[in-house]
Amino acid sequence: MSQPALNGVSGPGKVLTLDSMNPNVKRVDYAVRGPLVQRAVQIEKELEQGVKKPFTEVIKANIGDAHAMGQKPITFFRQVLALCSYPDLLEDDKFPEDAKKRARRILGACGGQSIGAYSASQGIECIRQDVARYIERRDGGIASNPDTIYLSTGASDAIVTMLKLLVSGAGRDRTGVMIPIPQYPLYSAALADLGAVQVNYYLDEDRCWSLDVKELRRSLHAAREHCSPRVLCIINPGNPTGQVQNRQCIEDVIRFAKEEHLFLMADEVYQDNVYAEGCEFHSFKKVLFEMGPEYSSTVEMASFHSTSKCYMGECGFRGGYMEVINMDPEVKAQLIKLVSVRLCPPVPGQALLDLVVNPPQPDEPSYTSFMKERTAVLAALAEKARLTQEIFNAVPGITCNPVQGAMYTFPCITLPQKAIAKAKEEGQIADAFYCMRLLEEEGICLVPGSGFGQREGTFHFRMTILPPTEKLKIVLQKIREFHLRFTQEFS
Amino acid sequence: MSENGVVPRAKVLTIDTMNPTVKNVEYAVRGPIVARAVELERELSEGMKKPFAEVIKANIGDAHAMGQQPITFFRQVLALCSYPELLNDSTFPDDAKSRARRILQSCGGNSMGSYSASQGIDSVRQDVARYIERRDGGVPCDPNNVYLTTGASDGIMTMLKLLVCGEGMTRTGVMISIPQYPLYSAALAELGAVQINYYLNEEKCWSLDISELQRALDEARNHCNPRALCIINPGNPTGQVQSRECIEDVIRFAAKEGLFLMADEVYQDNVYAEGCQFHSFKKVLFEMGPEYSDTVELASFHSTSKCYMGECGFRGGYMEIINMDDDVKAQLTKLVSVRLCPPVPGQALMDLVVNPPQPGEPSYDNFIKERSATLSALAEKAKLTEQILNTVEGISCNPVQGAMYSFPRIIIPEKAVKEATDKGQQPDMFYCMKMLEETGICLVPGSGFGQKDGTYHFRMTILPPRDKLQILLNKVQEFHQKFTQHYS
Repeated sequence: MSQPALNGVSGPGKVLTLDSMNPNVKRVDYAVRGPLVQRAVQIEKELEQGVKKPFTEVIKANIGDAHAMGQKPITFFRQVLALCSYPDLLEDDKFPEDAKKRARRILGACGGQSIGAYSASQGIECIRQDVARYIERRDGGIASNPDTIYLSTGASDAIVTMLKLLVSGAGRDRTGVMIPIPQYPLYSAALADLGAVQVNYYLDEDRCWSLDVKELRRSLHAAREHCSPRVLCIINPGNPTGQVQNRQCIEDVIRFAKEEHLFLMADEVYQDNVYAEGCEFHSFKKVLFEMGPEYSSTVEMASFHSTSKCYMGECGFRGGYMEVINMDPEVKAQLIKLVSVRLCPPVPGQALLDLVVNPPQPDEPSYTSFMKERTAVLAALAEKARLTQEIFNAVPGITCNPVQGAMYTFPCITLPQKAIAKAKEEGQIADAFYCMRLLEEEGICLVPGSGFGQREGTFHFRMTILPPTEKLKIVLQKIREFHLRFTQEFS
Repeated sequence: MSENGVVPRAKVLTIDTMNPTVKNVEYAVRGPIVARAVELERELSEGMKKPFAEVIKANIGDAHAMGQQPITFFRQVLALCSYPELLNDSTFPDDAKSRARRILQSCGGNSMGSYSASQGIDSVRQDVARYIERRDGGVPCDPNNVYLTTGASDGIMTMLKLLVCGEGMTRTGVMISIPQYPLYSAALAELGAVQINYYLNEEKCWSLDISELQRALDEARNHCNPRALCIINPGNPTGQVQSRECIEDVIRFAAKEGLFLMADEVYQDNVYAEGCQFHSFKKVLFEMGPEYSDTVELASFHSTSKCYMGECGFRGGYMEIINMDDDVKAQLTKLVSVRLCPPVPGQALMDLVVNPPQPGEPSYDNFIKERSATLSALAEKAKLTEQILNTVEGISCNPVQGAMYSFPRIIIPEKAVKEATDKGQQPDMFYCMKMLEETGICLVPGSGFGQKDGTYHFRMTILPPRDKLQILLNKVQEFHQKFTQHYS
């Protein structure tokens, strides 16, 4: 007789069911690839099979994937990657010398001169050194120690690893992690998975999504009633909101973290994506050190970067790193041990990161072409940011903060009461209902604001600014038309 | 103490405030002995004098690091995918170009730089399904049951995470082989699941005994809720290739006892010994008929890191899920979406592994030549290793039937055991440390994998090139004799 039958369960039930699986995993949500996107994929399949729709293609403006939207890779990067993949090409005079030089250096740092060898778990040493030098150049000379650099499988990997380290305690002592609302839902997903307490602080929509230390304080004090807040996460430039925090704000956050004894996590993957006049990226590391040793020798911080965004858009390579400041040496040893279990981040991604931090220099053959490509990508993004903001703000019922940086717009949409009621009837949040309609009617896939978090009673959606300019204009036009129609229908 | 007499504030993140389960994690393959090996390498490169000229890292299953060459065809396709301009280059064969085009077409914007679907590129999963069908003599494989992963480790961890629930006596218990590949113990420690050890039988070539499975299970039921059974075949570190009958017995056992089966099959092409053959769990399951194939929940894992490819750095892998509850599958799909997707170069590589050059294609001959050369070299080194180690008094080595390692038993003299224990070290760690310092050879002590109480082992890869391996084995022999002498 089988074990389940012996236990009195009628018929053999499965071992792994919704009831017997990890409960934390059930609480995980990730809207960027959630139900709306699944429906979008389904519709794509239907279109392929010839099903008639009011549109001829699905536009996936839900995810920050630049290449999928037609952005071209940086030629130099791909040349080096090809050379690393198939070193026979080092004999091929089609490839410029600077590409070959970097390929040789990377291969020289790999076991058996092959990118197929595992690397050190913390990442290839010379790449960590290059990352450290990049950080130093970026931060006006402030020293970076390669030993505090950890290469990772995209920034997501490092963020999850740090959160994992930080989570402890039970009940009132359980680790609380402060995250912005709206946030990039990796954070909420990771916290759910880890069973940590999510502590929300609201960004100020009326002031261009700026961060208020008063709000941080409010949130922290409320949280202290029921958990042990130990971490403060900030995304700058922001996702989904696109705000680029000013230097004063960053100083205030650092001061707050020190006063309140919080571990700072600075997600800076959009550091090159800054568009608006008067805005500038200030790295947390730089500001921290410029605030003097009282802060720079005490505040514990991890900052994150990636090869997925900026001007590279190499999402598929899963390249990234984190720099860890003022970490307790015993904890550092634990961190090293933890990352060793997964052996190493993907070596092609590590190689790519090396090129990002060590791009062609002015005296090198590929420099001109590299700069041209980089500039073109960033200029196109800046133009599209501006265009998006302009067009949305001309639609009655849509208000859009300036897209100061990153790759998204997160406009506030006014939804008629009737629509909100209808959504409720169907068991949906109003902005999800709205977005689903938009998908079915126009083939445009966005992510509802509820997937990122928003103030009660407000609704938003996140759209990427990545489609090529002409296509983007069409998309914006269609959304405008849809919004007016939708508002009309539910008036 | 700071200048004004104030005691500096404790850090936010300390050994006491950090995640306690992480503290329980150990991973011997890259543990303290390897850290020391890296240190020694540094010292050597700085010109320090040592009793050896180089450190030989025979601790990790990294073929390329030990000089194995990549498969030319695979790297050609990867180069074409990385830099599609090369599609115009006549030095690349047509079959490489056609695969590259196919892969690129399934990528967003025809670029490997796009995120893929979280479950992995559709056409690659289809190719994986066809590979599985061919491998398993036609037993059907649904591509929707295939999940591409960041190495097999990723898939294994994801499945274990899904399986862990409950508290105290209902806490999920997971049965793992002793000796095991320490990803399993590390994952279980991190997840706070209960590790249930079942011992492989060293006297019978590390075979698996159902009565031992039963013993372990019955005992575990006193203190946890055993729900999963993990098996590594071909075995790591032990190298045994389980017989078909054994696999049937395990499946029967899992069915009877209500256990989720996890079959780690990353070494499926690494089978060397006469009379041994790889039998996939999936195939055997289906050949046992619907009573089993309709009910037993199974996940099997494969990787691009081992076999004849050895492409560890690409982090390519997949898992095939059989008979998973639909609701749980939806949860799994949701869970993997948070990390977006596995690395696309690794997915592309996996596509080539499951869809290699066919007879009649330009690259076929060369591909088969390279593949055969690598596998036969491994087979020879497996034999050599077993042979040489068995001539050493105090070392006995089971046949290396498959995988990439030998896991010989070593006799450590009482005096050495005592000295180790006094130092707070495992005796085989003590032994391996001494070997490292005296010969530059880095192995992993058996205690890192688990072993019967009072026995000692080490794991050594068979990966160095034959001539170097021979030297290595001779040095191990010399060291063992000296060590035994010294502590007699």
